[in-house]
Amino acid sequence: MSQVSRPLSPHLQVYRWQISNTLSILHRLTGVALALGGLALVAWLLALASGQAAFAGANGLLGSLFGQLALVGWTFCFFYHLCNGLRHLAWDAGRGFDKAVARKSGVVVVAAAVLLTVVFWAVALTRVVA
Amino acid sequence: MADFKLPANSRVTTGKTHGAPANVSAPGKIRQFRIYRYDPDSGANPRIDTYAVDTGRCGPMVLDALIKIKNETDPSLTFRRSCREGICGSCAMNIDGVNTLACTQAIADIRGDVKIYPLPHMPVVKDLVPDLTNFYAQYASIKPWLQTRTPPPPDRERLQSKEDQELINSPSACILCACCSTSCPSYWWNSDRYLGPAALLAAYRWLVDTRDEATGSRLDDLEDPFRLYRCHTIMNCTNACPKDLNPARAIAATKRMLAERRL
Repeated sequence: MSQVSRPLSPHLQVYRWQISNTLSILHRLTGVALALGGLALVAWLLALASGQAAFAGANGLLGSLFGQLALVGWTFCFFYHLCNGLRHLAWDAGRGFDKAVARKSGVVVVAAAVLLTVVFWAVALTRVVA
Repeated sequence: MADFKLPANSRVTTGKTHGAPANVSAPGKIRQFRIYRYDPDSGANPRIDTYAVDTGRCGPMVLDALIKIKNETDPSLTFRRSCREGICGSCAMNIDGVNTLACTQAIADIRGDVKIYPLPHMPVVKDLVPDLTNFYAQYASIKPWLQTRTPPPPDRERLQSKEDQELINSPSACILCACCSTSCPSYWWNSDRYLGPAALLAAYRWLVDTRDEATGSRLDDLEDPFRLYRCHTIMNCTNACPKDLNPARAIAATKRMLAERRL
């Protein structure tokens, strides 16, 4: 038989997005976002150390609509990565592997991340306003 | 490194459509089956052929429809099948977006067109037949047989308690259909080095076998950044398993065994 180069069967293109693989890739993406957010935090601290004008500029950028949206997104990334990290911790301890349980814990993690983000900003904004 | 796009020779094109038969058994009984086809002799790219199947004159499972298509519409349609009752693992394929056995997947449980692809991210021999050479080689690499140093008792077999047997009942039920491994994104990107859930479940089956005396060397073989630790607990494997086994739990238990022996 001639060894023609066989085609590769479709994978990402056809596999259904389920809670399992969706939350897994979200965990990695939020991890990347947190690293980038960490850079932004360092830049903000550098601006703070560089004097009033630089700090005012950095604050202006973060306080703009785009900056605020990025901060909200970043806090969601933080809370999702934290909650799903706890889920991973349970898995590493050998718990929560039943199909139904793993599904439920995924839903709980997303709900908790959204809730924590809302609570965080509710508290932060009322404190800023007050 | 992960390549998310299909190579040029693997991009899927639109193929032929085989229409409904003239006299339908009852209205609403026609289902469209959209099936991946690849003919190694033509050299052309894979394509999706569409077949209208009268489910009123067909068995209930996806495999029944495939056999009906092959018998009545298109004898060139190629797929593996044998037992038609979920114990041989031959008819594993990607149906409606998830890997399962065509013989245990009811057509009625699928909404809309029935989309059928070979197991994902595998070299395709023809149509729905993937090349499982690497998959089997990985299974062989975990030495799936009893390894002992002490001689067996002279007058009887190596006995096990009921509790000992229960440890291996579930992982022994694996039929090596490859649904789990080929559902795993980590296996897609690293199948040259990562053993994948099926082989790791088999490795676990021998790790917990109380008669086996090679636990240490078995763990040594698994202690590798790729062979075992490319598992990121995505859980697609456990969701896909048509035998309702839990490779993800077995892999986590293996990781724990490795962690605990360092203490």
